[in-house]
Amino acid sequence: MLQENDVRQMVEKVLAEMLHSQSASQAAPSAGCDGASDCATTFEDGYIDDITAQDLKELFYVPNPVDRDGYMQMKQFTPARLGVWRAGPRYNTITSLRFRADHATAQDSVFSDVSEEFIKANQFVEGVTSCADKDEYITRPDFGRTLSAETAEHFKKVLKIGAKVQIMVGDGLSSAAIEANIPDVIPAIMQGLHQHGIETGPIAFVKYCRVGAMDQVGELTGADVVCCLIGERPGLVTAESMSAYIAYKPTVNMPEARRTVVSNIHKGGTPPAEAGAHIADLLKTILDKKVSGIDLKL
Amino acid sequence: MKLKTRLYGKTYEFHSIKEVLAKANEERTGDKLAGIAAESAEERIAAKVVLSEATVADLRNNPVVDYDQDEVTRIIQDQVNEKIYGEFKNMTIAQLREYILDENTTAAHIHRLSRGLTSEVIAGVAKLMSNLDLIYGASKIVVTATCNTTIGVPGTFSTRLQPNHPTDHPDGVIASTMEGLSYGVGDAVIGLNPVDDSIASVSRILHLFADFRKKWEIPTQTCVLAHVTTQMEAIQKGAPADMIFQSIAGSQKGNEAFGISGTLLQEARDLMLTQGTAVGPNVMYFETGQGSELSSDAHHGADQVTLEARCYGFAKKYQPFLVNTVVGFIGPEYLYDSKQVIRAGLEDHFMGKLTGISMGCDACYTNHMKADQNDIENLAVLLVAAGCNYVMGVPHGDDVMLNYQCTGYHEAMSLRELWGLKPIPEFAQWMERIGITQNGKITKRFGDASIFLK
Repeated sequence: MLQENDVRQMVEKVLAEMLHSQSASQAAPSAGCDGASDCATTFEDGYIDDITAQDLKELFYVPNPVDRDGYMQMKQFTPARLGVWRAGPRYNTITSLRFRADHATAQDSVFSDVSEEFIKANQFVEGVTSCADKDEYITRPDFGRTLSAETAEHFKKVLKIGAKVQIMVGDGLSSAAIEANIPDVIPAIMQGLHQHGIETGPIAFVKYCRVGAMDQVGELTGADVVCCLIGERPGLVTAESMSAYIAYKPTVNMPEARRTVVSNIHKGGTPPAEAGAHIADLLKTILDKKVSGIDLKL
Repeated sequence: MKLKTRLYGKTYEFHSIKEVLAKANEERTGDKLAGIAAESAEERIAAKVVLSEATVADLRNNPVVDYDQDEVTRIIQDQVNEKIYGEFKNMTIAQLREYILDENTTAAHIHRLSRGLTSEVIAGVAKLMSNLDLIYGASKIVVTATCNTTIGVPGTFSTRLQPNHPTDHPDGVIASTMEGLSYGVGDAVIGLNPVDDSIASVSRILHLFADFRKKWEIPTQTCVLAHVTTQMEAIQKGAPADMIFQSIAGSQKGNEAFGISGTLLQEARDLMLTQGTAVGPNVMYFETGQGSELSSDAHHGADQVTLEARCYGFAKKYQPFLVNTVVGFIGPEYLYDSKQVIRAGLEDHFMGKLTGISMGCDACYTNHMKADQNDIENLAVLLVAAGCNYVMGVPHGDDVMLNYQCTGYHEAMSLRELWGLKPIPEFAQWMERIGITQNGKITKRFGDASIFLK
């Protein structure tokens, strides 16, 4: 491990020196080039390394630390961006680009939609809340808790009425979380429910969805339990975190405390397949005990 | 007072001072969500015109939540100095704005004025100010406070070191603390937002901080930002705390949602003065933020700027060492984008200083807001120009526990250098002693957290 670090640091140091001398030569006055062939930029094939591929805990930029090994050990205790060094009092270029990349992916996952192909491929029954667009979605949480009139009608016709369990998927604040986790989480839930002998109907998908929309779905379908899988507000560590909110016979305006939550579902947290199995068992328990949320003593 | 005006011949009529205050706000999504925002740009200006002609007395006599109904209103009204109020009560809000900006009005004048104002008046003035007015007005006001060290002295600019960790892991918390200190961050406070609000965990971190501070003889203050009741129990059981923290709201109902009351905060302060580890007398730390009352359905139809001003009026009673608005944390349904956040940050800071409290700002944003790090750096620069006592510092601007971004460790020294400011003197001397600065200039050790590994 330490050897690996040493090698990495040597490579980093050499690279840093190379970059430094390169930028120095680039800064030299270009007068006199006159289009001579050795002044022309040659465009090479190949990729610059993906700056987001590296583990933040391994990245280290302090050039001459008092205690390098101790510093690397310190970094293992926290996901915080430590050992980032500086340019004068400001950030280094590479760490600020990494920060911006992590923020960019978080923003994109909020402001993009779950694709039509994804919804079709999963054979979801598609619906939408009262929000007209993403912008209204982020500014009007009240609209995001209410299904559009057409969706309410459609759901009443197409979803199973009086099912034991109604599963629904909502984009929430991260479409990326849905596309990343649903393909593994749904089969795991279905398998678990099948083993428990619990039947479900078609799965609903709600665009511009807040958690509260599940209450209306519960009222419309009369399902005993509603399980809403929804994208969480992304952080910089991951934009792919999803939660499952589960409620026994939810009703509109019921207290939030009646929801049971499984959060942090993503490959770096609770992996989706594992989460799916856990959710199936929870659904069984909630059906048996006929309560959810803080009333559910596990 | 008149509640009607005409703009370009068109009539605008309002029905209450509360409505005028709401509609006079610069645009923000939270007021729209509450259904109280001006319906057009012109109506917004009409409301400002009406507000400008209202007197200090009109606004004092019409608090946005009734005196009988609300403890926050009572606390604000009861701490007004009636003699000073009497001198200003017939001034219009327009005149008050100009008095504050006047070249002959000094910090001392404003300090005195502030004792005669209620929060509605302070909010009213802010609504008539442009962003530069808010910066200029605030820059004239000096508010100092003393816990172990003294914050807010002209020529200084401080930072809170926020070493948050997703599981409160002590080694992880200390790692981020060392990194922050190596960047000269933490002269306002080293303060953790805990994940675990239990007495045992909060006590553990308080001891961790106290031991680290003692070992390195760091002249600052430490705090764990758990619920006030948890901190009180930890302190009663012997945990070392310099300050006690609580989130507060601008209405009694909002405070009830936080599980607090004025009586509880008074008990907390009394406890700190007898059982706390700090010199004092300023031993309280409060956080606020526009929109929190609406989010707990405790806004009483009032706008988020006025309610925010009321947080400061309420805070003032407990003589805090630190108060900061967490201005972009609440989300786009209250503050939509960088424009709204920057405006709110400047309003909050100005209103806090005019109230007479030691004011800082957590200039921040969440990932579902239309803002990025550039915007928050802009706000930080504007706040320093406005004479803000402190901002936050987290590793590279990324808070790995609260999942939002704010000002990073690197901003502290950058901003100080830009404006020729220093940390609190004892802390500046400590930085020299550990060798991260030499004659105020950063050295090769600056930014190397491993200087603390021995």
